[in-house]
Amino acid sequence: MGAWYIESGPEADVVISSRVRLARNFSNYPFPFRMTKEQEKKVLAEATDAVLNGNSAISKDFVFVDIQTLNPIERQIMVEKHLVSPQLAEGQRTSGALVSRDEKISIMVNEEDHLRIQCLFPGFQIEKAWDLCNKLDTLLEERIDMAFDSHFGYLTCCPTNIGTGIRASAMLHLPALMMTGYIRSILEACSKMGVAVRGLYGENTEASGNMFQISNQVTLGQDEEEIIAGITNITSQIIEQERMLRNELYKQNPFRFEDKVQRSLGALKHSRIMSSEEAMKLLSDVRLGVDMGIIKNINGETLNEIILVSQSASLQKSVGKQLTPDERDIKRAELIRNKLKLAD
Amino acid sequence: MLCQHCQKRVANVHFTQIVNSNKVEMYLCEQCAKEKGKFGMESPMSIQDLFSGFIGFDYANPYIKPEIKETVCEKCGMSFEEFQKNGKLGCGNCYEVFAEKLGPLLKRLHGNVEHHGKAPKRVTEKVQTTKELEKLRDALNKAIQTEEYERAAQLRDQIRMYEAGTSK
Ligand SMILES: [Zn+2]
Ligand SMILES: [Zn+2]
Repeated sequence: MGAWYIESGPEADVVISSRVRLARNFSNYPFPFRMTKEQEKKVLAEATDAVLNGNSAISKDFVFVDIQTLNPIERQIMVEKHLVSPQLAEGQRTSGALVSRDEKISIMVNEEDHLRIQCLFPGFQIEKAWDLCNKLDTLLEERIDMAFDSHFGYLTCCPTNIGTGIRASAMLHLPALMMTGYIRSILEACSKMGVAVRGLYGENTEASGNMFQISNQVTLGQDEEEIIAGITNITSQIIEQERMLRNELYKQNPFRFEDKVQRSLGALKHSRIMSSEEAMKLLSDVRLGVDMGIIKNINGETLNEIILVSQSASLQKSVGKQLTPDERDIKRAELIRNKLKLAD
Repeated sequence: MLCQHCQKRVANVHFTQIVNSNKVEMYLCEQCAKEKGKFGMESPMSIQDLFSGFIGFDYANPYIKPEIKETVCEKCGMSFEEFQKNGKLGCGNCYEVFAEKLGPLLKRLHGNVEHHGKAPKRVTEKVQTTKELEKLRDALNKAIQTEEYERAAQLRDQIRMYEAGTSK
């Protein structure tokens, strides 16, 4: 088993990854933003103990990551890998993350809630992610008394998460819907159905490289299965539409389609300066080419890896020092060229 | 739905404002809402105010003062006013303390006010025992009515056992 970005998943031509997270709190402490330093430490210790020292099968699979001991670049990498939220990475509280060795599971401690249990899978596997989250939660519940009310369900710091505490999401690559402008009607339909749409790195980020994250907004009143089914359903419909439009676009003008895709690949292979924004745009074209069978010697996982290593913090780590924005663009171009050379 | 201002991003802030004594409602994206908040169409407001407005208090509307009533959560010291400002509750007990006031907000956020779905095992077990107890008490009443005293005594013992079990 590998991390989500280096393993291929089902329907990977449209769905990059699937994620489910559960918000949980200890019943005997105030929510994180109202805790004393002392309480923060206690919650972190108790959560870590419940995961690492439980008798269950999971304990051996997890590593504790102490946010406080990481430097800014290492923290940012955790964010870029979607293992922790930007908020947790800021490290204003005594916080940490329990991360499974395959990086598919991350349990954030002392984020907005005491616990954020998150499972991330490659491709379209929302149900599988929910299953795993559910099992983990049940195991943790044996050691931790979770804040729960028979009317309001699982109690969370923000009322937007109350009830099931679940957020199920899918990261989608939608170039054809973007190109044709049909994305608008998808976004409208989503908002009518209570489905939120965001960019690649979650809240407050813009869609870049035609990547969209869709997730449920309602957490109270619908049970987990209903919520998972809802997001799964909408995702399936979007997949279908995106595929149909891709084929339609290709049929209309195969030469133009192939030209666009190959030019983008050429630019990635030969550029000497590459901004993050341009890279995301070109990588989206190349991904489309790969998924349509036009580009044959590169696969989606390589592209995921390139996206990951060409993020600012990962770039700086690979060089081992802070870089200016200009230096980053040069380094990014070099890294992408090398990765693509390996694929050739 | 797309932002009514920039038509580019997804609208996720419900923006309410009084313009020439008319209530104007808009759906904006976070960025545009922030911009409007910063430069103010009529009056400056903070992001917190916007958020409060979005989740249903009309606190974003500077012409309607929020009702100020000092109910405070005895466990964490949170007041409802504080919650209105930052949109976060202080502890699990807050939900009980502010249950009545939270009702309309939850309804607006989720369309529901009652949880369905998973519950911790200790809770489901407790519900189970409560149901068992109800059954036993019914049976006991019947036994007494029908003057089956031996059966009634048995049932009473069983009920005591259950009660001792749940009080722990
Ligand atoms: Zn806007
Ligand atoms: Zn409280």
